[in-house]
Amino acid sequence: MFDYKFNRTTLVYLLPIALLIISLFVGRYQTPLSAVVDESISTFSSFFFGTPASVSTQHTVLFNVRLPRILAALLVGAALSISGASFQGIFRNPLVSPYILGVGSGAGFGACLAILLWNNYLIIQLMAFAFGLLAMFIAISMGKVSKGTGTLVFVLSGIIVNSIFTALTSLAKYVADPYDQLPAIVFWLMGSLATVRYVDLLYILSPILVGSLVLFLFRWRINILSLGDEEAKALGMDVEKMRLVIIVCATLVTSAAVSVSGVIGWVGLVVPHISRMIVGPNYSRLLPMSMVIGASFMLVVDDLSRTIVATEIPLGILTSLVGAPVFAYLIKKGRMGWN
Amino acid sequence: MELMLEVKSLAFSYGNRPIFENVSFSLNKGEIMCILGPNGAGKSTLIKCIAGILKPATGSVYIQGEDTVSLGVRGIARNIGYVPQQNEVVFPFTVLDFVVMGRAPHLSMFASPGAEDVKLAKESLAMVGISDLAERPVAKLSGGQSQMVLIARALVQKPALLLLDEPTSHLDFGNQILVLETVQKLASLGMSIVMNTHMPDHAFLLGDRAAALSGGRLVAVGKVETVVTSKMMSSVYGVNVAIREIEDMKRKVCLPLRR
Repeated sequence: MFDYKFNRTTLVYLLPIALLIISLFVGRYQTPLSAVVDESISTFSSFFFGTPASVSTQHTVLFNVRLPRILAALLVGAALSISGASFQGIFRNPLVSPYILGVGSGAGFGACLAILLWNNYLIIQLMAFAFGLLAMFIAISMGKVSKGTGTLVFVLSGIIVNSIFTALTSLAKYVADPYDQLPAIVFWLMGSLATVRYVDLLYILSPILVGSLVLFLFRWRINILSLGDEEAKALGMDVEKMRLVIIVCATLVTSAAVSVSGVIGWVGLVVPHISRMIVGPNYSRLLPMSMVIGASFMLVVDDLSRTIVATEIPLGILTSLVGAPVFAYLIKKGRMGWN
Repeated sequence: MELMLEVKSLAFSYGNRPIFENVSFSLNKGEIMCILGPNGAGKSTLIKCIAGILKPATGSVYIQGEDTVSLGVRGIARNIGYVPQQNEVVFPFTVLDFVVMGRAPHLSMFASPGAEDVKLAKESLAMVGISDLAERPVAKLSGGQSQMVLIARALVQKPALLLLDEPTSHLDFGNQILVLETVQKLASLGMSIVMNTHMPDHAFLLGDRAAALSGGRLVAVGKVETVVTSKMMSSVYGVNVAIREIEDMKRKVCLPLRR
């Protein structure tokens, strides 16, 4: 009676939790098991029973530095992957990334502008989020105005929006103060979770949860959209409306993630492929699996970024260095999970 | 006879280019209608208009007496199954997953298909005789197999009317006949069928009703014998055609004449 596939898949769902625990120990500052257990108990009791909180260095490292960062990695990885998988479905193209509608470059420019004008951490986040959404709205309205229908128009609008915001980002770099602002811009664009605090998680939690929940609820319908407009219509779908809902939700999730992490490439592209290899192409299973694999992948990469060398390696660099070879390997194996 | 489908003075144009106009016909329960006509006459467009995929410029389509405009896409999909000529699946869904998608118009927006839906999908796979393909990826099937899968998916919609867009056009001789036999079987179970075909002879094989679409108009509609005549077929296709009765098979055939 026991289904082998069921067992294996269930185990994968436990992966992020296992990695979360392992990641608490990972880092330059040594934290033995006993310390982690002690600190966990004391934090737990101070939280629930009001006993005085620990003020040790160990406590700070574990719960004020590592844990928020670990949670952010899980959240950002899951967010980029669920939106990447959804975009691939509705654009009927397995090579699409969450940034297809120019969300990445929009958010990047928003952050640049904020660094130039205010250089306040919260405003940078807010501007990145807002400009990510703005990029999507421009792409969608261009698609609506033009006469053509279907996904191709959106892809072309995305290319246009992308190009405009990339140019504006270059302009921002050009006028930035080269000793202060320029490094900040460059560092932000390469992506990092090094400065994440609990309050940042709080800001991005609701857009990511709301967007992901809607995508999750519509996951079976994404299968039908992936058949193409005519067939989806013949199966009773209001194609335009449904596609819009999915685009808006996927963008919401991506923008929120990018606003704390910076633009991190490859995750939203590679993770859905790895997930297809495990559970197949049906979005009913693919979407939850993408979230789990995405969260795990991101956490591992972030652990690497803070341990390989003494200084941080920006996340965007590592995801490309890890993601691209993984992708090449998948192509070579011919196990892409699509034709 | 129960009236199933009524098409009333339907017209369609792509921009300023009219494709067809004033197309009217009706179909009873369990009847098969073969739509004949040359390439580019608008046969596929007509089928898509009836299926609600394309919006006709004027005219209306009634299914079991109800206007399809008031039914909406979901309502149409519960009553009309559409079998496209060919499909291009990007992701390698299994045949069963693919066929279950036909349940979409019957499920609420947030729902995923349940055990009952899977059961219905398996039944319709059995109905068209491809139960053994259930776990195969759709992209790896032969032309005949994927046509059967598409029919099975439309059947899961539990439609009263089935529309087929040149279901035999990419198939070898044997598979063509297999598809026609399936169509006949479905009609005998009470389903009404509208089918585009490029072979006038298919109309004789299926035997009910036929219509000829040519030059943007329905030039003939009625019993097969009255539509598939040598004069009509010669004018529609622009080649000389002969209709002969094969005595021992008790049926007519439509053959091109050698010049």
